[in-house]
Amino acid sequence: MSPLAFYPLAFVCIASAMGVVLSRNPVRSALSLVASLFCLAVFYVFLQAHLVAALQIIVYAGAVMVLFLFVITLLNLESDRGLGEKPVLSAIGFGAGAIVAGGLIAALSRTSLGARAVTLVPTFGTTKVLARQLFGDYLVAFELTSMLLLVAVVGAVVLAKRDGSYEGDEQEAAVPARSEEASH
Amino acid sequence: MEWLIGGIESLGVILVVLTLSALLLWVERKGSALVQNRVGANRASVLGIMPFNLGFMNTLMADPLKLFTKEDFVPANADRLGHALAPCIALFPAIVTFAAMPFGDSVSVAGRVINLQAVNLDVGLLYISALASMGVYGIVLAGWASNNRWALLGSIRGSAQMISYELAMGISLVSMILLYGTLDMQEMVRSQGKLLFGVLPAWGVFYQPVAFLILLTAGIAETKRVPFDLPECESELIAGYYTEYSGGKQACFMLSDFAEIVMVSGLVTTLFFGGWQVPYLDSNAGLSLPGMTPVALPGALITALQVGSFGVKVLFFCCLQILVRWTLPRFRYDQLMNLGWKKMMPIALLNMVATALVILLVEQGR
Amino acid sequence: MIGTVHYLALSAVLFSIGAVGAVVRRNVIIIFMSIELMLNAANLAFVAGSNSLGSMNGQSIVFFVMTVAAAEAAVGLAVILALFRNRQTVAADEIALLKW
Repeated sequence: MSPLAFYPLAFVCIASAMGVVLSRNPVRSALSLVASLFCLAVFYVFLQAHLVAALQIIVYAGAVMVLFLFVITLLNLESDRGLGEKPVLSAIGFGAGAIVAGGLIAALSRTSLGARAVTLVPTFGTTKVLARQLFGDYLVAFELTSMLLLVAVVGAVVLAKRDGSYEGDEQEAAVPARSEEASH
Repeated sequence: MEWLIGGIESLGVILVVLTLSALLLWVERKGSALVQNRVGANRASVLGIMPFNLGFMNTLMADPLKLFTKEDFVPANADRLGHALAPCIALFPAIVTFAAMPFGDSVSVAGRVINLQAVNLDVGLLYISALASMGVYGIVLAGWASNNRWALLGSIRGSAQMISYELAMGISLVSMILLYGTLDMQEMVRSQGKLLFGVLPAWGVFYQPVAFLILLTAGIAETKRVPFDLPECESELIAGYYTEYSGGKQACFMLSDFAEIVMVSGLVTTLFFGGWQVPYLDSNAGLSLPGMTPVALPGALITALQVGSFGVKVLFFCCLQILVRWTLPRFRYDQLMNLGWKKMMPIALLNMVATALVILLVEQGR
Repeated sequence: MIGTVHYLALSAVLFSIGAVGAVVRRNVIIIFMSIELMLNAANLAFVAGSNSLGSMNGQSIVFFVMTVAAAEAAVGLAVILALFRNRQTVAADEIALLKW
């Protein structure tokens, strides 16, 4: 990937990630996160991970973030206090974050990961190779994730379900949310 | 050279899709007139002269011209950035999905093999379904940024509907992936070139009629048109998520609606109706009717026929969708959700399991 | 030339932003989104490593991370819905029933 493509994209990615943290409005946070995840999918394409890039958009942008947006609009969350209320604590948080990032980058700059160790085989990143690995080496883990998803669906339905002690019109409002959660 | 060919192909595809989308607006006007037994749009003319066969050109030019010269109004408390961004986000995925749509076999010109597909992706089908799922953000953003109750209701309805029908759509796509054993769109079309029982073309629809019906229905639901137009139904929500839009931005929403129709038609054609395949026409051997010796045809003619057949099939499904719109009444919201979750999804799941079982048995029988 | 180090640095920055968001924000949904951001930063590191080593293991692990994140989002948002229904707030510092 050429620096001409990398740096602008990385800038957009980091800026929208900052948007997630800094926005006062939750809807704006969620949309920033979508932009950030979309940039990551583009990076995956450049890293020869086409299937992962497609899955990133389908799973994160297409399903998870729509679910977030749905819950935000369902709860009717307006702008909250943002970072303003406890500036000292926020500043400490940002300082700690900067130290973490600085430390990680400093550690990275000492490593010798500059050039790629091996040349990639032409089939690298194709669906077939990834599928063989998932259904071969990782078969048990793969089957376990399907169990995990099933448990998550049941758990989400149980948690989001009302006890029936509420008014009828509220019950109606919860129907689309419930069906959303079953989609995972 | 590679990127030049890719660029030309991409540009051509975008131009064709945009023109087709604008043309569909005219088809929609005339189609609705046909169904409702009236004349339809016939007022636009140049200098008072209105030859019949130029009518569609006039309407074609008049509609965008009218929309783009109108005031672009932004409500006072709207989120200005989101309001401007939403039409672009709605239009973008509908257009770029065509990059992975194959519109012809690969041809060799001057010793160079050109694949008649803007981008040959290993994960073509996933790319299309991934980008198609991005369209929902345009709607959510439009409804939220407009700061209007009708718009917000429309966008919530729209996102719930699109998520629900995406599931049935995705599961029916899985059965097609099982059938073809690949995600590459060009490979899928190629494997539909054989003959079934020596007579029928081996199109996907003959293997997977259930998946075809589910994909077409879910596709119409994804384009948010009658009978699934609850996100924008004018009798309840004024215009739904684009209530607060006017001028060029509204034109973008209309255009993205029609581009989505073309996209669904392209997807259905590619997966179920042989894409660019012409029955009994082989790219190498020429015309070979069953029980007759093949007749060789010039390569350019074969390519032209194949690209033309893709276009005809896509147009057919566009017209079918427009006809559906003017034939069926709108669903109620609970009917919509019941259809998506309680009928289409279980049927699609059963179809997928049955497909997997049959494929397993056939593989073992070999 | 952009190498693996650049991707890992980007991943580190994204991870730190996510960590800061999870610590300083009080809206539970935004904390949750920050956690998603951290998971994605880890995914980027995995994919970059997979590309650098020429091994597909990294991409397989990303697949599993995505599955877990999807399951987490479904359950987590259901928890947030239940929380909001019982206490009419999504501010993490107002949910202090077990604190004294």
